[in-house]
Amino acid sequence: MKRLLSFVKKEFKHVMRDRKTLLILFGMPVVQILIFGFALSNEIKESGIVVLDNSHSETSRKFIEKVSSGHYFEVENLIDDNAELENSFKEGKVKLALVIPNHFEERVLAGEPSNLQVVVDASDPNTATVLTNYIAAISRDFQMQMSQLPVTPQLIQPEVRMLYNPQLKGAPNFVPGVMALVLMLICVMMTAVSIVREKETGTMEILLVSPFHPFMVIMAKAIPYMFISLLNVTTILLLSVWVLDLPINGSILLLYAESSLFIAASLAIGIFISIKTSSQQVAMLISLMGMMLPTILFSGFMFPIENMPLPLQVISNIIPAKWFYIIVKSIMIKGLGFSYIWKETLILFGMTLFFFLISLKNFKIRLS
Amino acid sequence: MEKVITAHQLTKKFGQFIATNAITFDVKAGEIFGFLGANGAGKTTAMRMLCGLSKPSSGEAKIAGYDIYTQTESIKQHIGYMSQKFSLYEDLTVTENIRFFGGIYGLSQQQIKEKSDALIQRLELSSVAHTLLSSLPLGWKQKLAFSVAILHEPKIVFLDEPTGGVDPVTRRQFWDLIYEAAAKGITIFVTTHYMDEAEYCDRISIMVDGKMEALGTPLELKQQFKAVTMDEVFYILARGAKRIE
Repeated sequence: MKRLLSFVKKEFKHVMRDRKTLLILFGMPVVQILIFGFALSNEIKESGIVVLDNSHSETSRKFIEKVSSGHYFEVENLIDDNAELENSFKEGKVKLALVIPNHFEERVLAGEPSNLQVVVDASDPNTATVLTNYIAAISRDFQMQMSQLPVTPQLIQPEVRMLYNPQLKGAPNFVPGVMALVLMLICVMMTAVSIVREKETGTMEILLVSPFHPFMVIMAKAIPYMFISLLNVTTILLLSVWVLDLPINGSILLLYAESSLFIAASLAIGIFISIKTSSQQVAMLISLMGMMLPTILFSGFMFPIENMPLPLQVISNIIPAKWFYIIVKSIMIKGLGFSYIWKETLILFGMTLFFFLISLKNFKIRLS
Repeated sequence: MEKVITAHQLTKKFGQFIATNAITFDVKAGEIFGFLGANGAGKTTAMRMLCGLSKPSSGEAKIAGYDIYTQTESIKQHIGYMSQKFSLYEDLTVTENIRFFGGIYGLSQQQIKEKSDALIQRLELSSVAHTLLSSLPLGWKQKLAFSVAILHEPKIVFLDEPTGGVDPVTRRQFWDLIYEAAAKGITIFVTTHYMDEAEYCDRISIMVDGKMEALGTPLELKQQFKAVTMDEVFYILARGAKRIE
């Protein structure tokens, strides 16, 4: 045990001495959360619009106010004619223009149909669709407010409830994804590289000649990264709570326990890679190509797995990050307990066990 | 005198290739035993088998009285090893390296402290005790590596070409360390390419194509092959080698 301790101490020193690696280790989660949180968002916030108000009435002003009161739109300019409207689009400052017709007020108050012209920049079709949907919803709402009678009595009125994520924020989707990605990368790549490095420099030989058990060498390598990864989980959770306003709905303890399991699975994979390779470059390449790409593709946080062709759906099952992603989402966002995720937990546990066992079997106590 | 290494018909095959072919020899306690041979003659393979790093294909050997098939863990406790590659940690300081290796050999804090103080004093490294190893010259590092290999007072220390790439003065100092260790009763098993170093050994063996072709004191070998220097002895034997690297 004391031997293990002096080994773990040494591993920490390796990590702490290597400034660049340290920066990657602790900088990556922060950068990823911030990038996904603010830059790579598919939410639409404060899109610039212009309004051509031909009605010049109290009602039209109220309508414009309503449109700009939410955080979806920001009225950049009130314009006077069609030429100006066209110019605004050409300059690229606005995504959408509203043209309010002449007799807007009279018609709305009388409960008669009125046309509201919506001009959208559709060079990005997704954004265009989302924007028009927002406008449609806002105008429907406005109409209900203004007229006492329902204008066109709707027989079927869908009452939509957005479960778990009522504001349709992006964060609930990517925070668990980033967590899976960061842990996978750090654990797999760092452990693999650090074990292979000892092989390359020849120190592994010395360790194998020492009475220190080879399996303990591997364990000693894994412990510091376990610790660092748990720190990273904490960083990500703090950032998501304080910066992204994403509360943790479920048990934090359970979340940490499941994270530890996923970390263990990743470490086991890292160890397996390190046993099978003999140069740091190869180890890094395999970790990146073999782990990062599938994690991004198949964990479900970027591309929904349900939409993939069947063979890819089957492949996604062997990606540990997929199961972890489901687990984190269930705990963090849906606030579910262990009884809902025991299956995923069991799968992750099985994967961990599998990689530990084949690593153990393949690990050469003797060099050749 | 007590024998610390006995090898009998020790053989290692890699498929059809016989790296080490039925070598038989023994080494007495406190002896400096030189293990010579051209590149690819099978020295490193033989040494790895003796250290428990590689499993023999056939034959028997006992290290410090322990069997190399069944008692490798006990063997490891009683041997030290220094490989041809420099094998301390470059990103740790002198003291940290000593502490680490002391730690994995299970020495107590007290022992580690005493030994590392003595060692740093002996090697005159006190001014660089807290310097990263990467900034020290190779000769110093090799001397440190040797001292670390015998830190736990093993019965035998295996040195695999310990002085490769080191200048003559440092090599001489290195051999002073070897003599000191031998005087303390540590058996030295050393492979080398330098024939002047072979002269420093109590006994030497010369491997050619996996077989042990000669074994004796430097003087005996020179008489046996009617040669003036060890260089000649080595040349006479190695000339017949078929394995060319």
